[in-house]
Amino acid sequence: MLHDVWIPPVHRDLTGGAERVQVEAATIGEVVAALDVRFPGIAARLTQDGKLRHGIIVAVNGVTAPRGLRQRLTAPSEIHFVPALAGG
Amino acid sequence: MTTTASSYKVIGSRPLRPDGVDKVTGRAIYGADVRLPGMLYGKVLRSPHAHARIVAIDATAAWALRGVRAVVTAQDMPAIGDKIADLGESTVNLRYTSNNLLAHDKVLYYGHAVAAVAADNVHIAEEALALINVEYEVLLPVLDGKAAMAPAAPILLDDLRTNELGKRGDAPTNIAEHFRHQRGDLAKGFAEADVIVERTFHTATVHQGYIEPQNATALWNEDDQVLVWCSTQGAFSVQEQLAELLQIPISRVTVTPTEIGGGFGGKINVYLEPLAALLSRKAGHRPVKLVMTRAEVLAATGPTSGSHIRVKMGARRDGVITAAEAELIYEAGAYPGSPVGAGSGVIFAPYRLDNVQVDGYDVVVNRPKAAAYRAPGGTNAVFAAETVVDELAEKLGLDPIDFRLRNAVREGDRRVDGPEYKRIGFVETLEAARNHPHYTAPLTGNHRGRGIAAGFWFNWGGKSSATATVNADGTVNLIEGSTDIGGSRASIAMQLAETLGIPYEDIRPQVVGTASVGYNDVTGGSRTTFGTGWAVYEVGKKLLAEMCQRAAEYWDAPVEAVSVANGVFAHNGDAMTFRELASKLDVPVTASASVHPQSYGPGFGVHIVDVEVDVETGKVSILRYTAVQDVGKAIHPSYVEGQLQGGAAQGIGWALNEEYVYDDKGRLLNASLLDYRMPTALDLPMIDTVLVEVHNPGHPYGVRGVGEVPIVPPAAAIANAIHRAIGVRMTELPMSPARIVAALNGGA
Repeated sequence: MLHDVWIPPVHRDLTGGAERVQVEAATIGEVVAALDVRFPGIAARLTQDGKLRHGIIVAVNGVTAPRGLRQRLTAPSEIHFVPALAGG
Repeated sequence: MTTTASSYKVIGSRPLRPDGVDKVTGRAIYGADVRLPGMLYGKVLRSPHAHARIVAIDATAAWALRGVRAVVTAQDMPAIGDKIADLGESTVNLRYTSNNLLAHDKVLYYGHAVAAVAADNVHIAEEALALINVEYEVLLPVLDGKAAMAPAAPILLDDLRTNELGKRGDAPTNIAEHFRHQRGDLAKGFAEADVIVERTFHTATVHQGYIEPQNATALWNEDDQVLVWCSTQGAFSVQEQLAELLQIPISRVTVTPTEIGGGFGGKINVYLEPLAALLSRKAGHRPVKLVMTRAEVLAATGPTSGSHIRVKMGARRDGVITAAEAELIYEAGAYPGSPVGAGSGVIFAPYRLDNVQVDGYDVVVNRPKAAAYRAPGGTNAVFAAETVVDELAEKLGLDPIDFRLRNAVREGDRRVDGPEYKRIGFVETLEAARNHPHYTAPLTGNHRGRGIAAGFWFNWGGKSSATATVNADGTVNLIEGSTDIGGSRASIAMQLAETLGIPYEDIRPQVVGTASVGYNDVTGGSRTTFGTGWAVYEVGKKLLAEMCQRAAEYWDAPVEAVSVANGVFAHNGDAMTFRELASKLDVPVTASASVHPQSYGPGFGVHIVDVEVDVETGKVSILRYTAVQDVGKAIHPSYVEGQLQGGAAQGIGWALNEEYVYDDKGRLLNASLLDYRMPTALDLPMIDTVLVEVHNPGHPYGVRGVGEVPIVPPAAAIANAIHRAIGVRMTELPMSPARIVAALNGGA
């Protein structure tokens, strides 16, 4: 299943400037792994100790995925890695 | 005013809040009211320096004072390594939190806690503080975000390296974080523009200004159970922070929230609770109570960030924005964690942009660690962006609302950070503002002007749990764990009543502590009526299912044959009301539910303000104010209107008067409400509100968060009104009389 992954601008140095790429995966964890195969080093930036790094959240089709790397992708999706936010 | 009709029976009505009488008669129990047998009183010694190394602390004389029962310093805190704790809607590095509670090797701001004392009474505790000798090596402070980014700036945290969404820098710095949102071709977008406006802005550090100071009472029992009573936006968050900071299991910490006298984001992080617990243990397991003074609240609890913001936008003659660029530098205070991420998401949120770039910088400075404050980071960002948008409209000769409508985001448009919007109500909100009589009312007189601005907030879902029990008389006890800051007991109870089909008055909600209900995230992010409302909706469905089962047993019928609607159970011509069925229950009916919904809908607001400027004194008077907002479905319209009015009032104070004033050594000069000027009722007209109900399809009752959006537009709306009144663009907050006069004299 192909997904549209938007690359965070600060990591486009690893993707040759590509803004978005397509990857095949069944979970967000597999998305990161697939990205790392094509763009070595990106997994180390997005993840730590088997989890998304603190301060990074993943949005699937515009909705925050609370399961992070374990989030299953059941349909072709648009995926964004974005900075976490705080409210008051 | 509500713009859509409702078929609900309870939702949309305006019943009395269940906590109202206790609060207006003074019976409600706040943290400062807590009294326990054998209780001691604590005080905190704070740094007189903005930046200094702690060479030595000698508390011998304090210990020797009669009546002193305990003294604690950072040496009494468990060693905490780098560990990230999730506070629900934000995360913190616990090592930094520990250092902020009691300075370990350096003090990083005026008012930074250094030691704490527990004594028989508060006077002895204060006397003991004066007997603690702290030897400091004073260092050069840096209080401004831009100055802190300079290569030669004093470094606050030796181990800090810049994080760029996981990419780590390799040199000491005060820039904790940099990120970028970027889409399209900025150069091409600006090349297509007929008009370009670029300005830089500065906003001051401001405080949430809750009336009730921080307080905490703790008892560390002989069996290592820690009991805490405090004023907090989230009892479970306090529980988790205490467990991590004191290195004890979560199950050994019980937090009971008292009533809260305001929070606005400032009562999520802990300040006193761990100190009270440590003092209690060291004082022989006696309870210890700590209550901050107003000066301590202002000097040492989280304000929100001051900021430097640059905005550049271009538009074609036909009114289409072709490019937008922003750079936001937010002062985090002593430790990383400003709301620059949120500010960067808010700044261009109302507009459809094909070519956009936003850079955000989180910068540590020698000020108190920033905490959340109602739509954190949003007011700063929108002050900058909406001033530039207003100027673009002016240069293009377009009506400010028409210009915004031309570029307004709709469902399917992208946020600046990438994801697409779901159903939103910005267009409807702009149209409601344009149609409001205020927008076209004549405004005559010298130095008067009308301004508008738009604002946005993401909102949030979070985790919520609730439990309800049906009583024999058909009333229902509702147990929830969300701190009631803005009337949420009522808005939550109303959703349960609507689900059950019974009167609101038959629900008795109670907010309880960590020992009495399932997990709840903080009341913050405008989530409670959405998230906890969803939890009680699920509770209600479970109760109805169980009641149907009981009715089926009573009628000796299959449960599938029993129907329920509007609180009446029916089967084959027989019927029983909810109350009648409750009286027949021989086994109690109780239900609980926990939810973690993600389909929270964002909100947009548009504010209209008329001002008059006294050109001799620089004083700005608010003549008329209207707040228009997409609120989803207003569960309790009066309390939604109250949120809009409260947010606008806070934003007006931020716009016109509030700021932290430090001397050149970094000492806070205005740590009192006499000199830190918040608006009073005498400063404000009645604030009119318009509730635009564009239901959130991601909630059973269409709820969107409403509490944060209304603080976002005021500063920009007032700045735009001032421009029309006196012809100058204000680029600094607060727009105080002195700055207005300076601007009139050409020195803005």
